[in-house]
Amino acid sequence: MSHSASDPSTPSTPGTGSAPGARHGLRLLLIWLPLAIIADVLIWGLWYPHLPPGRMSDQAQGQQFDIAVMAMLAAPVLLFVWVYFAYALIVWRRKPGEEGDGVPLHGNTRIQATWITVTAVVVLGLFVFGTVQLIVPAGAGAGEGPSPSWTPNTHRILQVQVIGQQWAFTYRYPQFGGFESTMLELPVGEQVQFNVTSLDVIHSFWPYQLGVKADANPGVNNVAFTKPQQTGSFVVRCAELCGIWHGAMFNYGLVVQPAAFVTWAKATQAREARLHILTALPPYALTYDPTVIPQLGQDIVKVAGITGANGYFYPSESQSGDPGDPESP
Amino acid sequence: MSVPVRVVTLLVAFLVVVVGAVYIVAHYVVGDLPTVDYTGAAHNGAVNVVLQEDPQNNSSSRPDWVSYFVMKPGANPTVPSSWVHTTVFSVPANTTVHMTIRGYDGCTPPRNNFWTEVQGTVGNVIAFQQFKDTNKPMGPVHITNTLNGWSHCAVGHTFAIPSLNVFVPVGSPDASAPLCGVSPCVAGPFTLEKFTFHTPDHTGVFRWQCFVPCGGGFVDGNGGPMQTIGYMTGNMNVVGS
Repeated sequence: MSHSASDPSTPSTPGTGSAPGARHGLRLLLIWLPLAIIADVLIWGLWYPHLPPGRMSDQAQGQQFDIAVMAMLAAPVLLFVWVYFAYALIVWRRKPGEEGDGVPLHGNTRIQATWITVTAVVVLGLFVFGTVQLIVPAGAGAGEGPSPSWTPNTHRILQVQVIGQQWAFTYRYPQFGGFESTMLELPVGEQVQFNVTSLDVIHSFWPYQLGVKADANPGVNNVAFTKPQQTGSFVVRCAELCGIWHGAMFNYGLVVQPAAFVTWAKATQAREARLHILTALPPYALTYDPTVIPQLGQDIVKVAGITGANGYFYPSESQSGDPGDPESP
Repeated sequence: MSVPVRVVTLLVAFLVVVVGAVYIVAHYVVGDLPTVDYTGAAHNGAVNVVLQEDPQNNSSSRPDWVSYFVMKPGANPTVPSSWVHTTVFSVPANTTVHMTIRGYDGCTPPRNNFWTEVQGTVGNVIAFQQFKDTNKPMGPVHITNTLNGWSHCAVGHTFAIPSLNVFVPVGSPDASAPLCGVSPCVAGPFTLEKFTFHTPDHTGVFRWQCFVPCGGGFVDGNGGPMQTIGYMTGNMNVVGS
């Protein structure tokens, strides 16, 4: 026995059931839309400020914004699927005694066009948004090789070389005589350029609270930028499986006031000079060939373009201005 | 088969697989390495720990691998039976560790000469003395905060506990005499090196390692003994005092 669409005993199917198709659509819209708005308001108002990687740097803030935008786009889509699923389970559930097939459906041009248009807009919008975000400061924390697509609009950049080795990161500061340290210390409010390389296998430099993640490849200078906006400590992890102690390859960095940073950097430089560590280190370079062992006694080579005024990142005390104020001349 | 029986069977099978995997991983990673327990040897908040590093070892299936050995507490370092082929040892928390390392292996330039600097020890110094053989010192004790591994090829290996910021280059012996050929070494030229550091006030497992790529025959020299607990890397277990 067959059922017709007009038969009241016919099982409810989309567009043909107890309510007209437009009515189902309206119902779905009225259920889904408030939920989607509530979800997006909650995401923006409550979740966004607490999303990783936090707000410790410009890059971290940018990535936090990106994640919030993607969450606000994803939530309505997810809610629509859930709402439709629940609506179908409840409204189009087979009633007792209904044993016939549903009516054959031959497509719905309006629904198909709407579906393709909406999904295309969402996907292409995310593509454009993601691409733009990669080439603005938010994406500058990702290692972009030796020629990054985004560079800061300033020459006042603290250079920090990150050297990966099994199983520790060390850091060189070329604007402070090229001293090397197991401590990563940065000044707040200053643009920082990480030059990331490795002496052995591939590592990945990941101070995630700074919004930075850059592969450390042997023989390659991988550039990433960050601009810390908050003082405090952050974790540095290796994010590339690099051997037995990969899981233990982490330490902590510190963002401090510029004056404290200069004090620390100059003190470390002076100590390493006094202990002849500076002369024991290889001349500063953007990459190193570990098979080449330089002779002792060579001066640290200052690579053109990365040595700041008077050999330091900050102006020397002989110049006017407050050395604790990074904006001071 | 009833549903409860099937559920129980599935759970048991799952647990067997998980336990087996954990056992295999644990067995493979730490093996059956003995732990040399120094906790009972601590007095007045201090303990003496003695290690040696050898150019080879005759006590394992990898005789050509360089290796550390740990001495039993208070034992005689010139007696082979005093040494245990392991790199796992226990020390009490909040304790001063007086570390002695007998370096029998020759020099290898570190990949990063930054490890030439002594860091994290009391005073950031080490005391080292070269010996032509047991009880045959070649000169006075040197107290220094650097051992340059590039200019003089003076470094054999390093001893580092990165999470405690302890980084110590271990001097190599005078190269004019043949290196020790039987492990654990109790004869032949060596460097006696001493330094002191403090254990943290909390318990935990602290990995230590060598930063000189001394895994000869492996890519970058960082395979083999460099990646195997029991040779050039290990654990310092800090336990309650």
